[in-house]
Amino acid sequence: MATQVVMPKLSPTMEEGQVARWLKKEGDKVSMGEPLAEIDTDKATMEMQALSAGVLRKVLVGEGESAPLGQPIAIIGEPDEDISELLKSAPPAGAAKETVETEAKPPESEKAPAQEKPAAEEEPSPKPEPSTDGRRPAVGRMLVSPIAARMAAEAGVDLSSVQGSGPGGRIIKSDIEAAMKAPKAAATGAPQLRPLATPKAQPGAVYGPSAYRDEPLSEMRRTIARRLVTSLGPIPHFFLTTEIEMDRAADMRQQINALYPDAKVSINDVIIKVVAVALIQHPQVNASFQDKTVRFYEHADIGVAVATENGLITPVIRAADVKSMPEIANEVRELAGRARGRKLKPEEYTGATFSISNLGMFGIDEFTAVINPPEAAILAVGAMSEKPVVKNGEIEIHKMMRVTMSCDHRVVDGAVGAQFLQTFKQILENPLYLFLGA
Amino acid sequence: MSSQTTQRQENAPASAAAVIDEPIKNAEAITEYDRELLLRIFHQMLLIRRFEEKCAESYSIGKIGGFCHLYIGQEAVGVGAISALRRDDYVITSYREHGQAIAKGISPEAVMAELYGKATGCSKGKGGSMHLFDASVNFMGGHAIVGGQIPLATGLAFASKYKETDQVTVCFFGEAAVNQGAFHESLNMAQLWKLPCIYLCENNMYGMGTSAQRAMSMDEVATKACAYELAAEFVDGMDVLAMRRATERAVERARKHSLPTLIEARTYRYMGHSMSDPGKYRTRAEIEKYQERDPIKLFRARLEENHLLTEDDVKQIEEQVREQVERAVKFADDSPYPATEELMTDIYANPLR
Amino acid sequence: MAVITMRDALNDALREELARDPNVFLMGEEVAEYQGAYKVTRGLLEEFGAKRVIDSPITELGFAGLGVGAAMAGLRPIIEFMTFNFSILATDQIINSAAKMLYMSGGQFKIPIVFRGPSGSAYQVSSQHSQAIESWYAYFPGLKVVMPSTPADAKGLLKSAIRDDDPVIFMEQERMYGMKGEVPEDEDFTIPLGVADIKRKGTDATIVARSLMVPTALKAAEELEKEGISCEVIDPRTIRPLDIETIIESVKKTNRVVVAEESHPFCGVGAEISAEIHEQAFDYLDAPVKRVSGVDVPMPYAKNLEALALPDVPQLVAAVKEVAYL
Repeated sequence: MATQVVMPKLSPTMEEGQVARWLKKEGDKVSMGEPLAEIDTDKATMEMQALSAGVLRKVLVGEGESAPLGQPIAIIGEPDEDISELLKSAPPAGAAKETVETEAKPPESEKAPAQEKPAAEEEPSPKPEPSTDGRRPAVGRMLVSPIAARMAAEAGVDLSSVQGSGPGGRIIKSDIEAAMKAPKAAATGAPQLRPLATPKAQPGAVYGPSAYRDEPLSEMRRTIARRLVTSLGPIPHFFLTTEIEMDRAADMRQQINALYPDAKVSINDVIIKVVAVALIQHPQVNASFQDKTVRFYEHADIGVAVATENGLITPVIRAADVKSMPEIANEVRELAGRARGRKLKPEEYTGATFSISNLGMFGIDEFTAVINPPEAAILAVGAMSEKPVVKNGEIEIHKMMRVTMSCDHRVVDGAVGAQFLQTFKQILENPLYLFLGA
Repeated sequence: MSSQTTQRQENAPASAAAVIDEPIKNAEAITEYDRELLLRIFHQMLLIRRFEEKCAESYSIGKIGGFCHLYIGQEAVGVGAISALRRDDYVITSYREHGQAIAKGISPEAVMAELYGKATGCSKGKGGSMHLFDASVNFMGGHAIVGGQIPLATGLAFASKYKETDQVTVCFFGEAAVNQGAFHESLNMAQLWKLPCIYLCENNMYGMGTSAQRAMSMDEVATKACAYELAAEFVDGMDVLAMRRATERAVERARKHSLPTLIEARTYRYMGHSMSDPGKYRTRAEIEKYQERDPIKLFRARLEENHLLTEDDVKQIEEQVREQVERAVKFADDSPYPATEELMTDIYANPLR
Repeated sequence: MAVITMRDALNDALREELARDPNVFLMGEEVAEYQGAYKVTRGLLEEFGAKRVIDSPITELGFAGLGVGAAMAGLRPIIEFMTFNFSILATDQIINSAAKMLYMSGGQFKIPIVFRGPSGSAYQVSSQHSQAIESWYAYFPGLKVVMPSTPADAKGLLKSAIRDDDPVIFMEQERMYGMKGEVPEDEDFTIPLGVADIKRKGTDATIVARSLMVPTALKAAEELEKEGISCEVIDPRTIRPLDIETIIESVKKTNRVVVAEESHPFCGVGAEISAEIHEQAFDYLDAPVKRVSGVDVPMPYAKNLEALALPDVPQLVAAVKEVAYL
């Protein structure tokens, strides 16, 4: 009995999926539970399993094409069965693709009715590649030789930033050696300046409007767009900024790492801990506007913004208030690594009670972040640098860092937010408070 | 044909096949030996008999594991032959070796402990029933590959000659081993190089479940020696003194002239090939027929005939033997198993890593 | 130091050890009057007499067993197999007697015997005369297996093997008997068993090679040096027990390994070395261990086919480049 394979819901917020890669081709045998395809969801690439057995008779949605939840994407049946009825009920393959290509359509609209084809003179958008990089294996699995992995770990080289030149995209020793030789993005996060090719204008040439190319939105980009439009618009944001003296926090971090070299605690890990502790002191900030109620959380689950190739994602450190800084550091490393590898499970990047975004490594002094609903606030952390500060009438040099907190005014009032920030600053400036256990 | 061709036992029947079936004729020969030696021989045969019966018992209750090949019925061969040797002469044999080990001088305690796999066994529990060894009495094993001991024996004899000691080597093997190439290769070298080796074939007429007639195109083992111009003789293996005398002749040939001998001793085993053998390949009638010529019964009768043994003597010897066997079992039972470290010792005499 | 052939180095070793210990004797086919099928035993009969240097009939199982028996009685036999192909006839005595005697006797009878002779390929001697079977013997606890690749190694290792109290399978290579090299003349010059030799130091890749493949590996290393690739060549010398530590240390340094062997790959010594490297130095590997072995076929007679059946310098060079991703 032939069955339609429909686009499954593979993440809690998924409304549409893009077929990254078919693992079977038409004519292949399929057994129950066998992986059938890899689907790009809004957050990660997930494996879709067959729910029936037989032969893959027809692929309805090809690699790189999208379909909303529930739409048939393939037909499985017996090799000689008549599947014409099922084919009729499946929408034409190109329909979902057109949703992607037209611009300025509200992202909420589902499968669009037959669209005007994009104007002929536009460059046809390239069929989206399942991966952005032809040499990296199409999905997920990073190949690294053991020695390369060890060297990368020891040198602090981020494997997701390394191009593997071995077979199948394997990252090998020479790749790490090259990465280590390249001048590192310094602590300030200054991007490496490449020598720029500067073509000159042709004498006498007249330039019309610039040529361009369109790339289809990835799932992640679409989701970010959709979600954040529901943030800054509907949520009444206000912003609080303060400057924090980080000397003692920086010292403490150094001491921790000297005592426990494997811990590798970063300043951001310290910030996560202090935020979590401060949130427990200020439960009205560790809260969420729930339409008819305000939700107050018991623990501080901190979402840590991580930039990946495909967009922003916030893996969550659960109960950061009770975890030690080395534990937090380890978890952040692990989650961030997997986030970059598109291997996070939905429960790992949803359900934070508060988020932190740190652009300090890019040299940003301060910025305002957009709240991740349904959280009540988000902290934007800037770069730490030495600045002259007036203390007791004297000019001193201290390590200063500016943070800006965005608050949801429906839950957090100005004074509440400010008090939280005050506590946060106090603890961060005097980290011994963390150990006084009152 | 040289003068070293097949010699026959005096008064022995002309036909080799019939040797075992006829009663002994040379009764007077017994007076050549003094009573103490004769009683010792009798005692040893009985000890081996009772020891092997006890092994059968121990095996069936699981105290002895693996294979257990019993010597019951063949005692005269081992005891008779080994009684003609010096302590420093070498004996090497197959896996049916308990009797020969005891005859050569390994204590019943050390043998039973080895069968039980205990640390106090003569091979430290690492050999088992098929690999009994004792360097102090030059008992060179216990070998489980049929015929594997024959080239080794040739090497022992080679070494004695090389070192110019006058040790001789006796190599026991069954008639089925004669079909192995190793037998022929060894006899060739022994005669070629004139090695003091006595190749003693215990022809019990069955190689496991296959009778000698079914395995050999020519089943007279001693006759095969002519292929190597090697001295040979047939002996009634149920007659312990005939065994001894044949061995004495071979020992002299080896010690004085450094020449090998092939002795074929016709004998019979009353039990199966091993404890796992149901013995369907021969009849009860056949076994009973050969039990009439039980070597211990025969020897006892001769001793009694010659007034060298009384019924009380026999009772006393049986009692001593019973005690010896019980002592051996108790020793084995009470002894510890080898220590775990023993798994990894004795692999190399000179371990490098 | 003298520059002599491997044949003569072995001859010297035999001579010195026969002179040193009266319990040492030599037996094999054509070792005495014929002066040795490969002349390794030239002159020994004349010097030591027929008691110590003995021509045997063609009876490998018999004389191998005789050797083991003689060892049980305290002598130190050197048993020559004209080639190790014929040792197959003697394997029952080598394995069931020699290898196991000490263990099954509970430590009572050691077997200080050396089984020696050429092993592996020669020139167009076809399938039954070209087998490299070191992995068979290396399989058994109780045996030691040695494979020299230079005249000095041959002499030093053979002397040690003869002095060793355990059965040693000493596998020479017919193609290498004429190889010349510097050899110490000291009568007490020995090389310990169980110790590998770094034949060439390098940094970019490790080639583990034995016997016939050592010169091939060294030539490959020279070729690679011209392209700026520095190879370390390690010769285990003793296959069992294997000096895996020296190999591991090299792997930690270079991260890339090629094992070169003339034997077949399946269940070969290269497979063992590869397994041990993966177990002990996995985190140091930049690529899986690559084996370059003799082709998995019986050795053909035709000259061109025979050449194809054995690893050569270009194959080793390609293998090193493969593991180094070059």
